Amino acid sequence: MNESDKTMTKSPPALEVTNLNVYFGEGADIFQAVKNVSFKLAKGGSYGLVGESGSGKSTVLRAISGLIEHWDGRICVDGESLQPKRDKSFYRRMQMVFQDPYASLHPRHTVDRILSEPLKLHGIKDLDARVLKALDDVGLGRAFRFRYPHQLSGGQRQRVAVARALMLEPDILLLDEPTSALDVSVQAEILNLLKDLREERNLTYLMVTHDLAVVAHMCEEIAVMQFGEVVEVMSIEQMRNAEPREAYTRELLAASKGYDPEFFSSELS
Amino acid sequence: MDEQEPLLKVDDLWVRFPTRTGMVEAVRGISFSVGRERVGIVGESGSGKSMTGRSILRLVRAPGQMEAKEISFKGEDLLGYSEKQMRAIRGHRISMVMQDPKFSLNPVMTVGKQISEAYRLHSRASRGEARRKAIEMLEAVEIRDAERVYNSYPHEVSGGMGQRIMIAMMLIPDPDLLIADEPTSALDVTVQMRVLAIMDKLVRERGMGLIFISHDLNLVSSFCDRVIIMYGGKIVETCKASELHNASHPYTRGLLAALPQIDRPTEKLAVLDRDPAWRSQESVPAYE
Repeated sequence: MNESDKTMTKSPPALEVTNLNVYFGEGADIFQAVKNVSFKLAKGGSYGLVGESGSGKSTVLRAISGLIEHWDGRICVDGESLQPKRDKSFYRRMQMVFQDPYASLHPRHTVDRILSEPLKLHGIKDLDARVLKALDDVGLGRAFRFRYPHQLSGGQRQRVAVARALMLEPDILLLDEPTSALDVSVQAEILNLLKDLREERNLTYLMVTHDLAVVAHMCEEIAVMQFGEVVEVMSIEQMRNAEPREAYTRELLAASKGYDPEFFSSELS
Repeated sequence: MDEQEPLLKVDDLWVRFPTRTGMVEAVRGISFSVGRERVGIVGESGSGKSMTGRSILRLVRAPGQMEAKEISFKGEDLLGYSEKQMRAIRGHRISMVMQDPKFSLNPVMTVGKQISEAYRLHSRASRGEARRKAIEMLEAVEIRDAERVYNSYPHEVSGGMGQRIMIAMMLIPDPDLLIADEPTSALDVTVQMRVLAIMDKLVRERGMGLIFISHDLNLVSSFCDRVIIMYGGKIVETCKASELHNASHPYTRGLLAALPQIDRPTEKLAVLDRDPAWRSQESVPAYE
């Protein structure tokens, strides 16, 4: 928190999104999935987008990463405005880790090929040393280099996905529910890894999740989304101490603490 | 039924799968009983919790093999039952709700038809009566526009609605025992809580027994009366749900510590250190 406050005055935000709108479909069938979303993220900061399915949180991430091209508004990285189509250099600044490590790794590529592909695409030499270092950095070890994804556990796969995202040494990582497909004990390992990497490399995180406990552990500030809009922005401290302003946020918070018959059965007949 | 007799009693249950590299033991000699209460079975993937649920209904598919000294339901020996006799038990006296409504509902049959069919299969009700009962049941799971939902197809309803429909279908024959395998894991948290509130209410009103299988410790400890913790196909610990935070087994303690907590921030999450000795420990009996 303190660190990000210091840098905020000196340099432009690492990521700034202003009045972002995302549409799906055309003509009469047009559907606006994201409505007027704005937030900014200081260098080295960690920001969480929280919401349930259909709230538009992942769509925001996909628009930022360039996976969706139909959006308007402004997305700035280090003060520089981004176009819907991205050039190659963009991907050296920003990378994404996807939700499901069972789906995001090519099943017929070895870990070695998965990790060296981004390097080859960007014409970077020195593959061997970089792949080995990446494996060490995510705590996998060299023995994993020539394995296939099906030979790895869920946690090991997600480590490979994190390693792949870091191959081009980006400054910003977009994390789309990086642990929701994992068991709690494995989730703890991946969250610890992400926290360590952020500290070591001064990375900036934008994390999407439905889990308030995870976001409280990982981020400094969150935006709660519902039906494509940001309904509430607050710091983690505020979330912990004060009662959230919005009824919806209160409900999310209550749900994350377990089943509370008083809170949830009140509307039953 | 003798009042002292538990609803369900399982003694020394084993589930094995032959593989090329030898026999894999998914469940290794567990014993437990369930009364008219809510029992949670918690564990991580591969702990054997789902196989335990399926074994009760003898739904372990070949080449999987299931073996037990006893599985009795209201004093009846389910192990001695023929396949035909089991069919009269399944869905009628013991029901099961699975994780994802998308895969459990027939996509080409209206919701209403599926529910009334479930009812007619186990009773001699007329079509009209089954329809009336189905709509009543849809209303019981808090579906407001029951007539409309009755006539819709599964793809036309949301995930939360789909799971309520599943619960309606499973409860319509008025079973004595409901087995719910991660019934709300595919749902959004706030929807999840509503579905649980409905399940909670129905189970209590009808005096059913509930086996609630889940990976979510917070949820199980807040929703159930009693908790069974499984690891490596065995029961490592069992306790009252309200006492889960005082659990003593290192595995349970490790799981609890690995969970990020909103009100107790930590710099680092505790990582579970799996002791190989846990796998060789005796399974703890978990009787009512």
